[in-house]
Amino acid sequence: MREITYVEAIREALAQKMAEDPTVFLIGEDIGIYGGAFGATAGLIQQFGEERVIDTPISEAGIAGACIGAALTGMRPVGEIQFMDFVTLSMEQLVLQAAKIRFMFGGKAKVPFVLRMPGGSGTGAAAQHSESLENWFVHVPGLKVVMPSTPYDAKGLLIAAIEDDNPVIFVEHKLLYKIKGPVPEEMYRIPLGQSHVVREGKDLTIVATSVMVQRALQAAEQLQAEGIEAEIIDPRTLRPLDDEPIIRSVMKTGRALVVHEAVKMGGFGGEIVARIVESEAFDYLEAPVRRLAGLDIPIPYNRTLEYHAVPQVENIVEEARKLVKGAY
Amino acid sequence: MSMQPNPMQIENTLPVNHEQLLAELGRDQALDMLATMCLIRAFEEKAEDLFARGMVHGTMHLSIGQEAVAVGATRAMQQGDYLLNHHRGHGHCLAWGSDVNLMMAEFLGKETGYCRGRGGSMHIANVEANNLGANGIVGGGLPISVGVGLSIKMRRTRQVCLTVFGDGAANEGAFHEALNMASIWDLPVVYLCENNQYAMSMPVTKAFNIERISQRACAYGIPGETVDGNDVLAVYAAVRQAAERARSGQGPTLVEAVTYRWRGHSKSDRQAYRTREEVKVWQQRDPIRRFAALLGLSEEELAAYTAEAQRKVEAAVAFAQASPEPDVSTILEGVYA
Ligand SMILES: Cc1ncc(C[n+]2csc(CCOP(=O)(O)OP(=O)(O)O)c2C)c(N)n1
Ligand SMILES: [Mg+2]
Repeated sequence: MREITYVEAIREALAQKMAEDPTVFLIGEDIGIYGGAFGATAGLIQQFGEERVIDTPISEAGIAGACIGAALTGMRPVGEIQFMDFVTLSMEQLVLQAAKIRFMFGGKAKVPFVLRMPGGSGTGAAAQHSESLENWFVHVPGLKVVMPSTPYDAKGLLIAAIEDDNPVIFVEHKLLYKIKGPVPEEMYRIPLGQSHVVREGKDLTIVATSVMVQRALQAAEQLQAEGIEAEIIDPRTLRPLDDEPIIRSVMKTGRALVVHEAVKMGGFGGEIVARIVESEAFDYLEAPVRRLAGLDIPIPYNRTLEYHAVPQVENIVEEARKLVKGAY
Repeated sequence: MSMQPNPMQIENTLPVNHEQLLAELGRDQALDMLATMCLIRAFEEKAEDLFARGMVHGTMHLSIGQEAVAVGATRAMQQGDYLLNHHRGHGHCLAWGSDVNLMMAEFLGKETGYCRGRGGSMHIANVEANNLGANGIVGGGLPISVGVGLSIKMRRTRQVCLTVFGDGAANEGAFHEALNMASIWDLPVVYLCENNQYAMSMPVTKAFNIERISQRACAYGIPGETVDGNDVLAVYAAVRQAAERARSGQGPTLVEAVTYRWRGHSKSDRQAYRTREEVKVWQQRDPIRRFAALLGLSEEELAAYTAEAQRKVEAAVAFAQASPEPDVSTILEGVYA
């Protein structure tokens, strides 16, 4: 199959949906002639014109609100927040409006839009441009939260997200934009709310999100050389969460490690651990369930500190090894 | 039809009498202002060079071509005043009297830097000197200025807070909330909008439907001035008047300094949104050359200022390179007081 990058996969999903559905349009900062801060919308203004690729002033509450209002009245907007950090300025519109409108109106309205945003550290962008805030949204009924880890998933999930009748927070990762992978040329959908067993193994279950899926895969290669077979599960959609494959996997392996970049306290890992220990998998556990996550600090500027602030391949290897060798 | 700004025609809304301003400043101070502008230029050209050579991890925003705004505005402030800076902030930070060595060390992520290598280019602060920091969030400093103004008022210290932001920031909701609050409480804040004609790729002609950003002042019931931001004395005069007004309890002023960003927005900008010709036109209006000419300096004399600035910057690079990296064992430090 043809290989393209994660950012190309996103662009292709946008272009194909726009060509197919005239109600789909893009709105965000510097998404036109600039092509988006990370190039996700490069060339789309030439293809679809200024009416459907709308550059906004620096007004994140306005971008979110524009998506909501347009969605409420028959359009399917795809907004871009230039860095996930800036979605903090859109929070009222997303949490108090988008997420609740349908419910408050007795189910008689819908707000189908997608808000794309790149999160994560690793580019030296420091504390205000490196946030991983996905779990804030996971806490809000009415929103869906998607976090693709491969080019294939990015395209299929984005198309499904645009077709979904609910507000979808679509969390990309700056370090993933350039990774390559097989992506079909035609349109396809990956249903929201479907976890994916990325790698099979019998010794422990690693649940990872976004860039950590890639790191977990590398870690699994090293672990394999030591005779440890890791099973890796990528939830892909954080809300709604498909926990069944995770629970089934833990019943097989008896050990679970959750890995994400966001700060550990209050992070998504806590939810995964809770789902495991609340389920029938509890009786199969041979070790405590462990979390590996970002340190309890904002992301530092210095390259070395930044590296150590979030889980790396070697940390995953070490933690997995300890779990399997009975260190806990 | 809406009124569109014409960036090529900058009319000062306040009279600028260069001779009188030079006389008030005195030649030494005027030459020192020129030296500071040269220092900013040299610092940023070096920053660009270090970047190109892959020695910096992260991003940066250069203010080359905008030096007159930083120097004119900061010179109009007094010892003990406050500065709230923005992401394109190397110039204001240097003009505030910051140590070039510590700035360069921060830029290179070293433990000796102003923020111990934790903040980097976009977050340089020096709270001891009342420099309350650059900001990675567009408009992020604007609401903070309300609190600084309130605190000055409550402590009765007669300080003033210089709040710097870009044209793009004026379209964040935070701008409106801040200016209104500062106005209704007569807070001692000078709002300095550095209009360099673009917010990343968005030209002011597309982001506003008014002729001048300073016109927004009337919505908050405060004075609004527009000045030629490539004329260091024009900026100085407008900010000085705004600071006097603030200090005497009459509240905030919105000063718009019209200038131009010579370089791309940040490290990766193909600048497809503007023409080379436009950039060239503005390079003809180099604020450093204009001020040197006003001061009657020869090419050689100006070259000597440039050389001295470059020497300081080279020394700063040497200091930074010899400085230690932050120790990984300290990674958890500094989150809580
Ligand atoms: C809230 C927020 N939105 C977007 C950005 C990304 N961004 C950084 S600087 C910038 C342009 C700012 O334009 P302006 O205020 O005119 O300042 P300039 O860069 O021109 O100096 C943008 C869009 C950000 N840092 N913060
Ligand atoms: Mg600007």
